[in-house]
Amino acid sequence: MPKVRVASVWFSGCSGCHMSFLDLDERLLELATKVEFVYSPIVDIKEYPDDVDVLLVEGAIGNSEQRHLLTEMRRKTKILVAFGDCAVTGNVPSLRNPILREEVLRTVYGEGEVPGLEEGEVPQLLPQALPLHAIVTVDRFLPGCPPPADRIWVFLQGLLAGKRPELTGADLRFG
Amino acid sequence: MINLRIDDVPAQAEPGQTILDAARAAGVRIPTLCHLEALCPVGACRLCLVEIRNWNGKLVPACATPAQEGLDVVANSDRLTSLRRTILELLFAERNHICAFCVSNGHCELQDLATELGMDHVTFPYRFPALALDASHAKFGIDHNRCVLCGRCVRACAEVEGAFTWGFAGRGVHTLVEADLGDRWGRSVTCTGCGKCVQACPTGALFEKGKITAEQEKRPALLAEITERRPRA
Repeated sequence: MPKVRVASVWFSGCSGCHMSFLDLDERLLELATKVEFVYSPIVDIKEYPDDVDVLLVEGAIGNSEQRHLLTEMRRKTKILVAFGDCAVTGNVPSLRNPILREEVLRTVYGEGEVPGLEEGEVPQLLPQALPLHAIVTVDRFLPGCPPPADRIWVFLQGLLAGKRPELTGADLRFG
Repeated sequence: MINLRIDDVPAQAEPGQTILDAARAAGVRIPTLCHLEALCPVGACRLCLVEIRNWNGKLVPACATPAQEGLDVVANSDRLTSLRRTILELLFAERNHICAFCVSNGHCELQDLATELGMDHVTFPYRFPALALDASHAKFGIDHNRCVLCGRCVRACAEVEGAFTWGFAGRGVHTLVEADLGDRWGRSVTCTGCGKCVQACPTGALFEKGKITAEQEKRPALLAEITERRPRA
């Protein structure tokens, strides 16, 4: 049986969801028999491949590059998963949303040249950090800050069994 | 004694009791948010909506509708779950509810309702309003970002403490809970500092100073504990 092609990506988040994923510990070995990691911050592959079965997206979408990459990845992916609260709700990155973009950047960088205000050498900061489903179609939502490893495991097992994982009770919880 | 049916189970209520009272006595769970034992019901949040079969499927808030003879009540159905989840999503979309960062994370009625009603994301666009936090009071703070306008603080202050410090100002999504007609809480001349509003608050909107993320536990049952020992006139 061919391995399931899994990818993950890290946008506006703290990498805590990826850390929690690594907390699968010995279960990673079992996972490795069933899936192939084709793109991720934890593997050394630079290009997002064309045919990905499952993509776990950590983080909100906070700048133009992230928005572009998410749209491209969506096109090349069968099942896109909002992985963790930032991807599902905007969470901590969205704390800046009530404040004007220019005010946020000036507060951080002071007067003079402010990176991210316009499209340039660094991507433009979007007016608000948004959850994934504000930009692309999201197939599954895995909330939690971060989702605990056990919850990720329940979710992945359901997904790999070809089912639609229904998180309930303690496995469906924000924060 | 009034006889009615809730989810096809026979239920009973005393005159003056509500559909919610009857459901609880019969062991039928109906989710609530603005309702709090000891406080007058207001039917503000609409999470306890139930369907009355013999009123042509009319939706009524269980907390504020008197139990009546012969009512055939649907308390749980796919339609009601969908309606309640929509209401919950609107509450989450209205202000900045960021669980991970909240003093009440893990002890929050709004957060628990998301789990109970199976809300895995919010389908409405978030409003991300710019709202203030008032930390001028010596012991407590109010963060409007986390307020759901249930009015439990307003009623606890008026009906149990009798201080009438809290009130609503503004309309619709712009409504704010305010102390003494809009003064800073710390300058309020009516606030007794009793903290009943904080204990009544279902979210992290009202909190005790010194509590950090996930440390703020509430005791909403405190209000009934007080009123049961002090019968109403």
